[in-house]
Amino acid sequence: MALALQTFATVKDANAALKAQGTRYLGGGTLVVRAANEGDVSVSGLIRSTEPSLSTIAVAGGKARVGASVTMAAIAGHPELGTLAKAARAVGGPAIRNMATVGGNLFAPAPYGDFAVALLALDATVGTDGGETPIETFLANRDGSRAVVTSVSFTLPKADSFRFLKVSRVKPKGVSVLSIAGALELSSDGTVTSARIALGCMADRPMRARAAEKALIGRKLTADGIAPALAAAGDGTSPITDPIASAWYRAEVLPVHLGRLLLA
Amino acid sequence: MAKVPVQFTLNGSEKAEFIDSGTTLLQALRDKIGDTSPKGGCHQGTCGACSVIIDGELRLSCLTLAETCDGAVISTTSGLSESGVLHPLQRAFLDTFATQCGFCTPGMIMAAKVLLDHTPNPSRDEVVEALSGNICRCTGYEPIIQAVLTAARANSQNAA
Amino acid sequence: MELRKNYFADVRKDDLNEIGQPRPRSDSPGHVTGKTAFFADRNFPGILHLKMVRSPHHHARIRSIDTSEAEKHPGVVKILTAKDVPHNVYTILILIQVGPEDETVLADGKVRWKGEAVVAVLAETERAAQEAAAKVKVDYEVLPAVFDMEEALKPGAPLVNEYHGQNYYLYDSGECRKVRFGDVEAGFAGADHILEESYQSSPIEHAPTETTGCVVAPEGNDRFTCYTNTQAMFFTLDNTSIILQMPGSKLHFVGGTVGGGFGGKVDVIVEPIAILGAKLTGRPVCFIYSREEEMQISSPRAAEKVVIKDGVMKDGRIVARKVTGYTDAGAYSRHSPYGAQKGAGHYPGPYTIPNVWIDTYCVYTNRTPSSAMRGFGVTIGDFALEVQMDKLARLIGMDPLEFRFINAYRDGDMKAHRQPTEGAALIECMQEASRAANWPVAEKYMAMSSYVKGA
Repeated sequence: MALALQTFATVKDANAALKAQGTRYLGGGTLVVRAANEGDVSVSGLIRSTEPSLSTIAVAGGKARVGASVTMAAIAGHPELGTLAKAARAVGGPAIRNMATVGGNLFAPAPYGDFAVALLALDATVGTDGGETPIETFLANRDGSRAVVTSVSFTLPKADSFRFLKVSRVKPKGVSVLSIAGALELSSDGTVTSARIALGCMADRPMRARAAEKALIGRKLTADGIAPALAAAGDGTSPITDPIASAWYRAEVLPVHLGRLLLA
Repeated sequence: MAKVPVQFTLNGSEKAEFIDSGTTLLQALRDKIGDTSPKGGCHQGTCGACSVIIDGELRLSCLTLAETCDGAVISTTSGLSESGVLHPLQRAFLDTFATQCGFCTPGMIMAAKVLLDHTPNPSRDEVVEALSGNICRCTGYEPIIQAVLTAARANSQNAA
Repeated sequence: MELRKNYFADVRKDDLNEIGQPRPRSDSPGHVTGKTAFFADRNFPGILHLKMVRSPHHHARIRSIDTSEAEKHPGVVKILTAKDVPHNVYTILILIQVGPEDETVLADGKVRWKGEAVVAVLAETERAAQEAAAKVKVDYEVLPAVFDMEEALKPGAPLVNEYHGQNYYLYDSGECRKVRFGDVEAGFAGADHILEESYQSSPIEHAPTETTGCVVAPEGNDRFTCYTNTQAMFFTLDNTSIILQMPGSKLHFVGGTVGGGFGGKVDVIVEPIAILGAKLTGRPVCFIYSREEEMQISSPRAAEKVVIKDGVMKDGRIVARKVTGYTDAGAYSRHSPYGAQKGAGHYPGPYTIPNVWIDTYCVYTNRTPSSAMRGFGVTIGDFALEVQMDKLARLIGMDPLEFRFINAYRDGDMKAHRQPTEGAALIECMQEASRAANWPVAEKYMAMSSYVKGA
């Protein structure tokens, strides 16, 4: 069957249309149209919605709600989302950033999906018409997800508490060897009181480095202080092997780059 | 197969076509309208050879469905020179030997044009960043970066 | 020093008007305006799209092919299998008498690498061709495969290509190309030091931005125009003539505009089957590789292994060099027997060595067939040779550049393959490099000449 696009004014109608077999939601096209171009004939119906709330960014009371159709370029250029600009700019080149959406990034298979790594470290929630789901739960179940993602919401990090690093072999744009996002809170004497660390390319989708997080609590961000966290960084990881890097290489360099991020 | 009407402005002239739903803008431009300046290098969003400007923003025509461009204003490299006079970017690409096989050139010029439209005097780093989604396998990029910087200088001298 | 003015003064005129002057490229105006016509910029009404069903196995016997479901798929116009190709078994270099014919246009009874073309589907749209290709059923009996050259050369290894009968190309000189010069064993026996090292490389893909392909238009008089991005226009025309058993006068090839080649577009792959499709349907046909096909299917530079054994004296003279080179052709010859032969001619490098022994093998494995790429047969060898030169210099505690001066070939020296050296200029290049790189060498080396006897 030929590929056909249907556009709906509301998410509700788009969700109804997505019940048909062989349909998939079209965001920026960087995943779905790409697959069709490469000969994936499993999808014959593309569904999209033009509901305005999908494209809005709302920031209030230290919290942000970002519509699922908001592009990486829009995030990178938004005055109140400055802490996330680096992660948004890590995605693709300028043209891709004008197209790729927040919602789509949640579905991007490794080595893509760098922005979702940042959202995971922020402990974001993912909104659909059915309600809000913690991002970690959402990512774990994303392969079976059918409802249109409408938004992601998160508490805005303080400028100095959020860190992001993407490692690629080609500069300035390259596909990830790995990416790391960290949301850290420190007491006045520099002791880590809470830590969330998310990793990209260390599994088929973004994952939390829980052992490393635990090993950071009560420690200071010094070479000695972070050593136990670096030693535990690879716990539970299952890095991908692709033309960019082997699983072995990714596992070897993860503690090096995590160390650089924490000591930066 | 149901045809879908689509209308947009391409390089200043109105276009109206009936296309198959699901047709990419790249296919519509090349196969229906006959503007073959955007090239299909990867159809994956990786090489940038299909770059066009849609409503002032750089986009990849291979990943954009034509029917989502209804009412849009689209520019391609084939529409850049006016009455046979080369655009400063085209002139600079010629003068600095920034083309070799020429396949990436139309996409490179589109990426460079968007940069100069928003940032008339870019730094070298800004040029590199602006071209970072476009792959060239021949030149090693340096002549292309020089071409964009040269065009920017030519623009600012004309404006002064 | 300007080599052109000094060293080559008596052989090159220096009254040239164009050379050395900046001149606009004739093709650039078309490139910057988007007017240059690449092959895929030709479009014809009613054009059919060709998609290839490819082997998912590295090595397998084909028990059966069932195209009945695919033929019924809406939009499908023609499906081609091996029996449709008039002369299905070919090899590119047969034009210069380098046989045997060893490769199938469409697989017949067997596949020898993962990605090999099996069935061609021609349909009204790309999508219809993709969907129909997915409905072609091929029943395979998977066979043991071999991916390593040394494994392939062992007795009992799976036989990759029956047209050769063994897993190496049989030259008129035997199982490898051979160069014999002086007495290499005597050279080793008299050497102060022996160093044996091995070097290897992986396949390298050219990754041009424009993928391989062609557009074919029937002219209505049994003649076909083929717009192609081949880098080997007449090789392609003549091979197509053989494969399709059509006189060359029926084939009109239009090309010369290539969106990046680097040697990756010299094989004859897309044109014969696309022209056959146009001939059997009477319609224009395009066959354009997807990016994935370009990366996985098109020939890469061959993987190579080079083993170098050198005998060297404390004073810096290399007195014996033995090189064994292996070129991984993959499943079919294409240009690799020539690449391996080039390697034999290229060793022992730009050095004068009195005792030389060279064997270069072209080996068949179940990997993607390799072929030409920028200096193939030579480039990897140069990497190996020059790393070996640095290691030898370190072994005897000598400056690596001075070590090369001692061994550099000079005009009049006899090379191992019996070509006298002329126009070498290597000494002069190294003198210039020494100055430019601020890597000083002893005065006696700066006084050397490639040209003047005894200097």
